[in-house]
Amino acid sequence: MAPPEAAAAQSAPPGPPSPPPAPGAVLEAVGVSKRFPGVVALDDVSFTLRQGEIHALVGENGAGKSTLIKLLTGVYRPDDGELRLAGEPGAFHHPHEAQRAGISTIYQEVNLVPLMSVARNIFLGREPKNRFGLIDFPRMHRETAELLGGFGITADPRRPLHTLGIGTQQMVALARAVSVQARVVVMDEPTSSLEPREVETLFRVIGELHERGISILYVSHRMDELYRICDRVTVLRDGRLVHSGDLADTDRVRLVSLMLGREIAEVRRHGATSFGEGHTADRQPVLTASGLTRRHQLQDIALELHPGEVLGLGGLLGSGRSETAKALSGALPLDGGEISVGGRALRRLTPSAAIRAGISMLPEDRKAEGIVPGLSVRENIVLAAMPRLSRAGIVSRQKQDRIVEIFMKRLRIKAAGPEQKVGELSGGNQQKVLLARWLCLEPKVLLLDEPTRGIDVGAKAEVQSLIDDLAGEGLAVLLISSDIEELVEGADRIVVLRAGAVAGELTGDDVEENALLAVLAETGDSDDGDSHSDFGDSTDDAGEAPEAEAEAAAGPQDAAPGPLTKTTAPDAPPESAAGTGTGTAAAPAPPADGEPQSTPDTPGGAGSATAKEDPR
Amino acid sequence: MKALVKATAPAPAPAVAGDAPLPVTADPRPSGRQRAAELLQRQGVLAVLVLLCVISSFVFDSFATLDNTRGITIQASFLSIVALGMTMVIVTGGIDLSVGSVFALGGVLAAWASQYGFLPALLVPLAVCGAIGAFNGFLVAKAGMAPFIVTLASLLGARGLLLALTHEGATTYLVPRGSAFKELGSGAVWGFGYPVLIALALFAVGGLVLQRTSFGQALFAVGGSGDAALLMGLPVARTKVLVYTLSGLLAGLAGALNAARLSSGVTIIGVGMELDAISAVVIGGTLLVGGAGSVSGTLWGVLLLGVIQNLINQIGSLNSSYQSVVSGGFLIVVVVAQRYLSAARRGT
Repeated sequence: MAPPEAAAAQSAPPGPPSPPPAPGAVLEAVGVSKRFPGVVALDDVSFTLRQGEIHALVGENGAGKSTLIKLLTGVYRPDDGELRLAGEPGAFHHPHEAQRAGISTIYQEVNLVPLMSVARNIFLGREPKNRFGLIDFPRMHRETAELLGGFGITADPRRPLHTLGIGTQQMVALARAVSVQARVVVMDEPTSSLEPREVETLFRVIGELHERGISILYVSHRMDELYRICDRVTVLRDGRLVHSGDLADTDRVRLVSLMLGREIAEVRRHGATSFGEGHTADRQPVLTASGLTRRHQLQDIALELHPGEVLGLGGLLGSGRSETAKALSGALPLDGGEISVGGRALRRLTPSAAIRAGISMLPEDRKAEGIVPGLSVRENIVLAAMPRLSRAGIVSRQKQDRIVEIFMKRLRIKAAGPEQKVGELSGGNQQKVLLARWLCLEPKVLLLDEPTRGIDVGAKAEVQSLIDDLAGEGLAVLLISSDIEELVEGADRIVVLRAGAVAGELTGDDVEENALLAVLAETGDSDDGDSHSDFGDSTDDAGEAPEAEAEAAAGPQDAAPGPLTKTTAPDAPPESAAGTGTGTAAAPAPPADGEPQSTPDTPGGAGSATAKEDPR
Repeated sequence: MKALVKATAPAPAPAVAGDAPLPVTADPRPSGRQRAAELLQRQGVLAVLVLLCVISSFVFDSFATLDNTRGITIQASFLSIVALGMTMVIVTGGIDLSVGSVFALGGVLAAWASQYGFLPALLVPLAVCGAIGAFNGFLVAKAGMAPFIVTLASLLGARGLLLALTHEGATTYLVPRGSAFKELGSGAVWGFGYPVLIALALFAVGGLVLQRTSFGQALFAVGGSGDAALLMGLPVARTKVLVYTLSGLLAGLAGALNAARLSSGVTIIGVGMELDAISAVVIGGTLLVGGAGSVSGTLWGVLLLGVIQNLINQIGSLNSSYQSVVSGGFLIVVVVAQRYLSAARRGT
């Protein structure tokens, strides 16, 4: 976008006399600093956002991104330096003032009021009034529909926000941000909770904003996104500006090395993620689950987890990944299914029974389901281990301290000390505290639901290598991640879910991105006869006796054998045998309830991925 | 545990597969069951109230008479005005425990000031009670103190002030005979007392304020998500100060009207009135955690409590204290029902 030499001039640190306003600058921060008790969050940082550009702001957590955003949007005021709006010095004392000046912000977590309707959320604080000074709801609803329609979103303006999906909520937040006549839109990790389809919609909307000449400050941890949409990039590290320039001139590896402050060669050598080589798993599974079924959510999920392996659980949002993990941890009431740990079936599926059996779960939403922000690091870590550490209800502080010390050191939890409140830590460190909480229970099985979501690159790498180490020590790990790279590099084996059922499994050399994408991209409605032709060529192993789970599903009487017995249907019709490309799946449990709705000719997946039909 | 289960519910169903960016379409419209639950949650109290009145009018001959209706409404009018302010406070996620004491203080101040004429009798209690409300609001909004503690302190403080003014209850201020202020309490149109009409007018205005003004929207936003409201640039602190001031004003007004009706400032009334007001608000479908509610529901809630009291009086053989037992029982039923209805609305 901008000529490189201008960009270079921009990145030069400002001299003592205030530098002249940069040409075309909409929003500038000149030598701003922000100090908090004990921390310098921002140290003499200069930043320029130009008219109509999409500017990436990157850095690890704690690099000062959030602080800079909060300075630019009026949440904080700088201790030193000044802000300039269109070349004029200015300061905001309240988010309200920044909004009036045309700076809108959408935050990582949707910051709208869930119980209020879509239209009320969009117009909150600036509702259209009729001549009696009362809110004009018909107009509000009409304008909301128009506004959303302009972004290709169809949602009833009257519906309470919380009844919409997270992606749609994010779009509503964006619509609100734009509808206030924004000149600048700040987006703080807008895609962290969106599914790929919604990300595309977001990007389309960003493209439209771009065409309208609105400047966008885009914060994200996802490299792909940055390189797809951003023009320029500013890198912060430890509260200082380390780089600012055209994104096209900065390749990925260099960008990562700038963020991490590591040598490029080191990043190359280690790859983009910090997972090591595969593990050698035991033959005997430590956890066996079969026939996990819950109406509308899970259908006859079967899994085996071996000690020392990382099993990836793939699938798109809504495919039942998190639900499966929750079911395994006893947190999701099931209509049917069996879980056994170390050969012993759990009699009751409750979280406490699962924990006692050695299953620990790191939930997806650490804010809502894990961390107690008001408690200290120590208290958060020992929370689950309390019963073990106490005798007759008296908790031994000495034991606590020992455990906490061990885990803080081992997981490299960065905190002022064990008594610091967890709410004050960065996302990555909060995640480590949660991990520590479960690890001190000495679990056999660790279920990780999006363990690296929303945490910075450095902490991500640490958590990834930690997962690696844990599996190396013989723990069975179930890893859920929507980051395909992470899943592929982290997992030894991947079970792919679709619409609440197992859609396929990748093992050995097939654990790579293309194979995973191929399984993910398959259409879910394979139970119609037409899809037969799509996969008709996968007959490489048709000579073997086909497993033909589809047959089992078609006839309930065939599904009679136990959930983990492989069901062969000897009298399978020939056309089915030809079309069924299933190999020997690791855990091909036939649907226990066997609703005979599907036709027999369900095809297998592409390549050697074993596909299992969706029994609906 | 509950949180875990709940969080799984709104998983958006993957709609259509495809690689082109599709328009983000909202999830399917609410099902019939969800809508029925919503309607029941919103208008359930009204349904119960109507049902109770219909049954009672068959069982008790004296229930569905004009006299009895006048009696119920005048009794309910004072509580309803207090509960109106309470509704707004609870919608912001707060609570105002001071209203009972402020109600009594307003009555004593009105009776005392009535010797100086009509306007002082109305304005003095409003000024003092409004100031107490503003003080509550200031401590809650600016000092970030918990509403429960702040208004508990005001409850004690207002009651103490009241006792000091009346020399520990030894002095009773009387409203002069034939004064215009006395007429405010005892006058009536078609037998319905002025307080009833004033309450109705206040509810009409209150409904408009809550549903159709920016201030009302701000109340919902503050209660629904205070952080979001702040980040959206709403004047959160000002809204809180205003809503507690409003609650104080309404409690003072209700006290003044009550004093006009009783012709004197009674010191021992209003004890526990805050709890009745909270009950009425919650029975009326307003969420105690804030973010959702309606003034119409509160009106039905107050009337329901009034009808229950009236019925127990009708039975005669029952100790009137059983009213509290019935009200308490009803409150539990409502809260439990709300829980299930909320779940049904979410479609779990």
